[in-house]
Amino acid sequence: MIDGVTPAEWEAVRLSLRVATTATLVSLPLGVVVAYALARWRFPGRELLNIAVHLPLIMPPVVTGYLLLLAFGTQGPIGGLLDRAFGVTFAFRWTGAALASGVMAFPFLVRAVRLSIEAVDPKLEQAAATLGAARPWVFLTVTLPLIVPGVIAGTVLAFAKGMGEFGATITFVSNIPGQTQTIPLAIDLALETPGGAARAARLAVFSIILAALALALSEWVSRRVAARVGGRDA
Amino acid sequence: MLEVTLKQELPGFTLDVSFEVPTGLTVLFGRSGAGKTSIVNAVAGLSRPQAGRIVADGRVLLDTDAGTCLPPHRRRIGYIFQEGRLFPHMTVRRNLAYGARFAPRDAPREDMGRVVEMLAIGDLLDRRPGALSGGEKQRVAIGRALLAAPRLILADEPLAALDEERKGEILPYFERLRDEVQVPILYVSHAASEVGRLATSVVALADGKVLRQGSAAEVLGDPAVLPAGAREAGAILAARVVRHHADGLTELEAGGVPLFLPRIGRASGAPVRLRIAAHDVILSRDLPRGLSALNILPGTVAALRPGAGPGVMVAVDTPAGRVLARITERSARALDLAEGAALHAIVKTVSVAPGDVGGSGAAA
Repeated sequence: MIDGVTPAEWEAVRLSLRVATTATLVSLPLGVVVAYALARWRFPGRELLNIAVHLPLIMPPVVTGYLLLLAFGTQGPIGGLLDRAFGVTFAFRWTGAALASGVMAFPFLVRAVRLSIEAVDPKLEQAAATLGAARPWVFLTVTLPLIVPGVIAGTVLAFAKGMGEFGATITFVSNIPGQTQTIPLAIDLALETPGGAARAARLAVFSIILAALALALSEWVSRRVAARVGGRDA
Repeated sequence: MLEVTLKQELPGFTLDVSFEVPTGLTVLFGRSGAGKTSIVNAVAGLSRPQAGRIVADGRVLLDTDAGTCLPPHRRRIGYIFQEGRLFPHMTVRRNLAYGARFAPRDAPREDMGRVVEMLAIGDLLDRRPGALSGGEKQRVAIGRALLAAPRLILADEPLAALDEERKGEILPYFERLRDEVQVPILYVSHAASEVGRLATSVVALADGKVLRQGSAAEVLGDPAVLPAGAREAGAILAARVVRHHADGLTELEAGGVPLFLPRIGRASGAPVRLRIAAHDVILSRDLPRGLSALNILPGTVAALRPGAGPGVMVAVDTPAGRVLARITERSARALDLAEGAALHAIVKTVSVAPGDVGGSGAAA
């Protein structure tokens, strides 16, 4: 089967991996901070933040893509600013595909991390404080190690979402081979094209293999950390 | 030295206390709801009281008038929690070492090896807390607090979550902590048995007020401090070993009065802390004869305190120190007891305050 894979298909696979990895790595730290804020802090606008984070989950993806286009397009307020200030362009680039994937994956990431933060006993954090650890140290040495399983779960979900994102991506950055044509978009195009069924099937197989690999990797890491976090002798 | 002054409105009562914690082990003693937890949280910085001042080792931790309230991580209070609260993802060794890195370089530090030896946790160092027994966890928690170079050690009912057997296992370690470490210890408890065994001084609380504070012997000899019905009520006497007799008895001396109890493993001249439970003392107006009891102390009634039931707590001043007796109200009437009445306290059981000789308490 590998023999029949065309360079264009390899391109789609590489691009998907790049988009999903970038989206995941960039949104991970932000997701942990937002999850921590939602789980532990009481501040005005907390409910609004919660809704904003979850919007991409409940809105039609096309709407999310449309909003991204309005905000991050070259004419958009944020997109225009970034373009002029840093020369960072999202419109019709792979970076735009990564942004769309990251936004769509964000609620999954935040939910998984938030649940694991809520499961950490604040009494342990209190104990760390009495032993002299300031807030950031408490987070780095106690909270973070204890939420690693949740962070892994969130990362895998975000990565999978990034690999599979379709609606927001195609709306925001269109379907451009080599720039924004990730596996799902390539499959979609293949199915529209006469004689493209074999191509669609090959890409679908890639998609399944990558998803399975990501899951297997996360299971392996989770098992290694679960014993530690549970206080058992590893 | 720790100085605490606090005032706070709490649901149902007002906390209004002022006390000092000298070097040694001070038990903050009172039943649940007396305000112990509020005091502990204020000292550790886990809550912010309405008004008060807390000074530890010359350092102001809280002064509401001056607007000072140090956050917990800057107070250096070694808190031993009831449930241990060990970090589950760290080995025992890393738990123990956790606080040391945050302590100032010039803070007086305990040596890890010495603490590990004192608490007998050498075999646990590479294990994680999950598989440790309750007693082991609590020993590690003691070490972790101690190794953070604290100004004060705060223990909030550290034995309450353990069964009787485990309690007996941990108490000696608190005694070693008291005797071998210079840091003052504030130990919160509602169990009179722990007070009798551990305290060098006591702050007795009731309804948010300090009822009494002073040395353990002083406070525990005051019948007003302990409820008359309390089974654990009892006095502490300081005694000295005189000699061991051939018939298996050890003769002690307390304030010139000889006392006998089954042989204890201490050399002649050694000081011993004795505990005499109130329910093990019989009172007699006349010097009794033909009794099997060996220990009879002459004295006078210092105070009488009726309890809720038919019991009366009687404090008797003897040359050996103050002794408490729990008798029935009927007996008190029959003996015509009043303050200043002369009588004899017949002691059925004298126990050496357990940790002093490794847990032996015996009838004499």
